[in-house]
Amino acid sequence: MNSQMTPGLAPARLSNDELDANFADLHAPLDPHEAAVAADRCYFCHDAPCMTACPTDIDIPLFIRQIATGTPDAAAKTILEQNILGGMCARVCPTEDLCEQVCVREVSEGKPVEIGRLQRYATDSLMAKDIHPFERADTTGKTIAVVGAGPAGLSCAHRLAMLGHDVTLYDARSKAGGLNEFGIAAYKSTDDFAAKEVNWLLSIGGITLVTDAALGDGITLDALAGDNDAVFLAVGLGGVNALGVEGDALAAVSDAVDFIETLRQTSDLATLPIGRNVVVIGGGMTAVDAAVQSSLLGAQNVTIAYRRGRDAMGASRYEQDLAASHGVKLLFNVQPAKVGGTDTATDITLEYTAETDGKLVGTGEMVTIPADQVFCAIGQTLTMDGGLAIAGRKIEVSDTGRTSRDGVWAGGDCASGGDDLTVTAVAEGRDAAMDIHATLMGGA
Amino acid sequence: MADLTTDFLGIKSPNPFWLASAPPTDKEYNVRRAFEAGWGGVVWKTLGSEGPPIVNVNGPRYGVIHGADRRVLGLNNIELITDRPLEINLEEITRVKKDYPDRALIVSIMVPCEEEAWKAILPKVEATGADGIELNFGCPHGMSERGMGAAVGQVPEYIEMVTRWCKQYYSKPVIVKLTPNITDIRAPAAAAKRGGADAVSLINTINSIVSVDLDSMSPEPSVGGKGTHGGYCGPAVKPIAMSMVSEIARAPATAGLPISGIGGVTTWRDAAEFITLGCGNVQVCTAAMTYGFKVVQEMISGLSDWMDQKGHTSIQDFMGAAVPNTTDWQYLDLNYVSKASISQEDCISCGRCYAACEDTSHQAIDMSEDRVFTVKDDECVACNLCVEVCPIEGCITMVEQEAGTVDPRTGKTVSSEYANWTTHPNNPSAVPAE
Repeated sequence: MNSQMTPGLAPARLSNDELDANFADLHAPLDPHEAAVAADRCYFCHDAPCMTACPTDIDIPLFIRQIATGTPDAAAKTILEQNILGGMCARVCPTEDLCEQVCVREVSEGKPVEIGRLQRYATDSLMAKDIHPFERADTTGKTIAVVGAGPAGLSCAHRLAMLGHDVTLYDARSKAGGLNEFGIAAYKSTDDFAAKEVNWLLSIGGITLVTDAALGDGITLDALAGDNDAVFLAVGLGGVNALGVEGDALAAVSDAVDFIETLRQTSDLATLPIGRNVVVIGGGMTAVDAAVQSSLLGAQNVTIAYRRGRDAMGASRYEQDLAASHGVKLLFNVQPAKVGGTDTATDITLEYTAETDGKLVGTGEMVTIPADQVFCAIGQTLTMDGGLAIAGRKIEVSDTGRTSRDGVWAGGDCASGGDDLTVTAVAEGRDAAMDIHATLMGGA
Repeated sequence: MADLTTDFLGIKSPNPFWLASAPPTDKEYNVRRAFEAGWGGVVWKTLGSEGPPIVNVNGPRYGVIHGADRRVLGLNNIELITDRPLEINLEEITRVKKDYPDRALIVSIMVPCEEEAWKAILPKVEATGADGIELNFGCPHGMSERGMGAAVGQVPEYIEMVTRWCKQYYSKPVIVKLTPNITDIRAPAAAAKRGGADAVSLINTINSIVSVDLDSMSPEPSVGGKGTHGGYCGPAVKPIAMSMVSEIARAPATAGLPISGIGGVTTWRDAAEFITLGCGNVQVCTAAMTYGFKVVQEMISGLSDWMDQKGHTSIQDFMGAAVPNTTDWQYLDLNYVSKASISQEDCISCGRCYAACEDTSHQAIDMSEDRVFTVKDDECVACNLCVEVCPIEGCITMVEQEAGTVDPRTGKTVSSEYANWTTHPNNPSAVPAE
């Protein structure tokens, strides 16, 4: 029987009960009384800072007051009108960097109103009743292709369908949801929530989902543009940056996104092999998700190695502390120099870094730590090439998602601008849909 | 520690905190627990005439208005007077008084408005050794339909008559408990005094329906689908009670009449406030019903600490201290000018002051693009709304404008002279100042 001490890669380092407990909801849902108490803390600020901080501009004081007055379904509608994936955003939004960061109670007492958990309370309440609160407008006869069924694509498709357009929603995978389904930590989306939310979203009607259809593999941008009145691209970032150091091709050196995806899709956590000594290279949310989940699977030692200082980390302080609370060691100002091992990784050598004149350089000082598994979380890249103008390695878009090609909009991680958050993707999808609608319907 | 001993009508108690006549004082068991917990006195739950016991409903008796986190703000009840046999109550009162000679024990009574009824019960109560009686002229539900309780308290002539009977057939102090369900509280208080009452106690509960069930369409508490008005008490009624107490304390006809203050006393501070408005002690019910008898410990320590801080050595030191400062609107100083002032250091930029002032008051607060809120002195009428809606205590304050400075709103120089409505030129009945 395996344990946390078992060398190399090994499955079932923990008992099934421990695994179940580890991968349960990160934050338990609020019960009605907790929600009432939490909601009562909201001051119903004038022109509230939290609203301004929300990328989807949810009327937060209003929905919290609706919870406080015992109408969580009305609260949910307030949320979903602005953000159709309000349920998932309630689970994955870095609220500590957005609405809760600017909550006046955070400013005054260091303890914000629990906006994220309240949002989940409201959206869960509505979705538990299987109510879809929106209806489609009369059909417009316009057809629109949406490529990519992640947060941006789903948001765009829903808004377009609601406005009366007919949408075909393509996704390269066999399942819709994008990063909601494949890319975030399992304890943030338990009980198959991402898939349930997609089904609930599609229940508005007017959206035809076509899976296993990737651009360049069955469909082309030219064909879609020719056959439809508009195209919205939300293909995400399909490629990953390579480590580019000696030993990066060894077994047990892999991409963090693949690890997270496998973990999300497995039906039995006890079958997943995990190293005894895991090192994650990177400093974003993906790095934290991979590291924490390695620890939860039973890895004995987990280290995040990040090339810059704490403040430059993409993952919020809250996420950093979450990792630390799960025993993850955070190593700053180090860059990978070499992965050691013959067939499979056994250790990793890191070089300390320093910043001179704004440039990061190795100091020459090395440190080698055991690593029987290395995950790379050093960024993802755009893989599609549709002849569109590019800005900063992403598809160049306007404020409303227009690309360099007429009739083609883009949003989400594949498009320029935004913070690569679920919530910004939702906002971009929604806003592009409104612009597409305005464009197709003219002055009407 | 300050001396909290009170002497109310010659009745001594170790502190001014009495339990009001209500469910907590219905039985020997409860009253003993109350005395053990430290209550200075108890008014035993109202006794009725001898005979078949009172019948209560067998469904819910209470309804509540909740604040945040289900804090009890207001409590309503439809319970009647004691439903236990008179003899048993009298026996228990006798035993308890014997065991707690240092505590005040008052017996509340409600019998029909007939001399014979009072003549019959008073000697029995006298025989218990209790320190005094309280006449329940206040309960607004159930008994009032039978011509008792508030039905008596709403007719000053009846109050005077019954009080007189009590003074005639009972030798110890008689306290008359007043109902607030009346237009002018001074009339029943004066009637009680004319009848010879040693004191009044107020307020009894207020007619109320606390909620309606929107599914069954029944007022609550709902007894088999129907509701009735009950008597409202708890923190929510304190302002009404204090106003009525102050009216009696100020009225020439009743000034000096001892008052036992009742109505939403929940903390030591509430008690202190009632006492400053002229009460010799206070009676508590809802706080005990919400938290249990132990709350009296906070009331005792809090009042004592405050008295020490202020240098008061006895309740007498500050009793009625706020009465001279309670006046009629027409005597308020119209030359007193103040302006709201926002402490930028304490402001958390919630904007509630702005919303309140801009939408519902005088548009006297300015909001900058970066959410800095400042008072426009030339618009501020000093209404105090911003102070009260601000979630941060002490962040917004009212600052008095010194005499000799110009009020930017009116353009007039602030005068140091006192001037009120009675002499104001806009008052058609103004009397020119001599």
